[in-house]
Amino acid sequence: MDLLTSDLKTIKSYLDNGEITAKQLVSFYLERIKKYDNKIKAFLSLNENALKEAEEIDSKRQKGEPLPPMAGIPIGLKDNIITKEIKTTCSSRILEHFVPVYDATVTKLLKNEGFIILGKLNMDEFAMGSSCESSYFQETRNPWDTNRVPGGSSGGSAAAVSARLVPAAIGSDTGGSIRQPASFCGITGMKPTYGRISRYGLVAFASSLDQIGPMTISANDSETLMQIIAKHDKNDSTSASVENFEPSKAATGNLNGIKIGVPEEFFAKGIEPDVEKAVKNAIAVFESLGAEILSIKMPHTDYAVAVYYIIATAEASSNLARYDGVRYGYRAEGDTLKKMYTATRSEGFGDEVKRRIMLGTYVLSAGYYDAYYLKAQKVRTLIKEDFLNAFKEVDAIIAPTSPTTAFNAGEKSNDPLSMYLSDIYTLSLNLFGGCGISIPCGFDSKHLPVGLQILGNYFQEQKVLNIAKNYQNSTDFHTKIPGWLE
Amino acid sequence: MSKIITKEDVAHIAELSRLSFSEKELAQFTGELNNILDYIHKLDELDTTDIPPTSHVLDISNVFREDTIHEHLNREDALKNAPEHEHNHFKVPRAVEG
Repeated sequence: MDLLTSDLKTIKSYLDNGEITAKQLVSFYLERIKKYDNKIKAFLSLNENALKEAEEIDSKRQKGEPLPPMAGIPIGLKDNIITKEIKTTCSSRILEHFVPVYDATVTKLLKNEGFIILGKLNMDEFAMGSSCESSYFQETRNPWDTNRVPGGSSGGSAAAVSARLVPAAIGSDTGGSIRQPASFCGITGMKPTYGRISRYGLVAFASSLDQIGPMTISANDSETLMQIIAKHDKNDSTSASVENFEPSKAATGNLNGIKIGVPEEFFAKGIEPDVEKAVKNAIAVFESLGAEILSIKMPHTDYAVAVYYIIATAEASSNLARYDGVRYGYRAEGDTLKKMYTATRSEGFGDEVKRRIMLGTYVLSAGYYDAYYLKAQKVRTLIKEDFLNAFKEVDAIIAPTSPTTAFNAGEKSNDPLSMYLSDIYTLSLNLFGGCGISIPCGFDSKHLPVGLQILGNYFQEQKVLNIAKNYQNSTDFHTKIPGWLE
Repeated sequence: MSKIITKEDVAHIAELSRLSFSEKELAQFTGELNNILDYIHKLDELDTTDIPPTSHVLDISNVFREDTIHEHLNREDALKNAPEHEHNHFKVPRAVEG
């Protein structure tokens, strides 16, 4: 029994067969957190009742009482997904002491399935960032090199799974916040189609882009979690009324008949040669599995960063208006309401959040709306059409997840624009709204993981997962763990 | 690089955003926002005259439900995270400036 390489269904079988108890399983991960998380700093808080919940499950199992399928398996949640009675901070001072009084739909679905919430994971403040450095509380580091960032914004989730501090985690992706850290940390991370997973209880950043998704060791595990959390929810009016996600019944083993597009725009200036090489090697693997590789064009890719930073900041400036020191969160002193609002927000938000609120307020302000927001929405249409045109010819698109491997802590934190440009390959999928998955596909010369993303049309998660699973069945990059954590 | 917004513009946006900055911060934000806006103006290269805007990617509009009472927060829970409350209400400082 090797827990570090086991997928969720295998761990479930260990529990079902009595090879391990839920308490032993939870203790195993708590021990690893104790031993390693002082260097990685992935967890913001731990569920104090985790061991007790495990004991209850063990006692029920012993008595032969019915248990939900995944009973006793620990999971970590990004700290923008609310958890009843467990602090949810969004890595912001403004929510430092916020204890939700209800569960997000995703939290509830996972609990119903028997998962034990092990703890909450660090992120960039309000999911705004690509390195986890904008967290008010701590900077998570990359398990492959602790001088480097884990990526962001779901950097805590990615680092925790990469270091096997938890067997799986949940993140959120607004412009690449699941895929880019998954790539930097050598794990598998899926951004489902917009509307696929309920956002009820996900702290809102940019509501036309935000989507929750699994961050796991393998595509198999992403599929397992998708089956649990991808369900229509009447509490989220943007939840798509489509069939709940079901894994593909089609036999895997080859990719015969599958057409994969490779957009030349994703191999443009700025891509590191090692990243390009690893992705090109992976493309040869897909070809050897039977896929047909086609070169495609997505001519508006280069505009995605500009469009994203108008739309996302505009929506954020509106969403974050709710932090006013009245109903929850931090409150600063002020002798009038307006002074209290201003002091609360100025002391409660960090610089990156302020920068985005300011940019969003500006692009929406009188006289500038047409030049910025409307213009961005129009170019969003062009980016969307690039994808729709591509999917007339191909089943999926393959591209690098990030132009570089993990960068050094501090390297980009003083240059917002260069940080924004590091998301250049992931943003366009959110603007389009389709699904995608980042999987490990090699290492660079510094032995840092490289990731590639497989992008699919609306609600084509099955297809994307099937391609990822085939790749992982014939490669072993996703099973690698940093040496000091074995 | 062209100066798209001035320090005075930034101060005005700060006021709209209910944020306050020191002189030094205002200068820094003015520089950074100008950099970002300058980059964003790359969109001007595209003629979008006849392109319809995308505000939302899914074809969903007006999701209605019956106007019936559902599970909801009780008053105690709703006030649990309030920085200040009194007589079952959120308490705020004086709203009218005089």
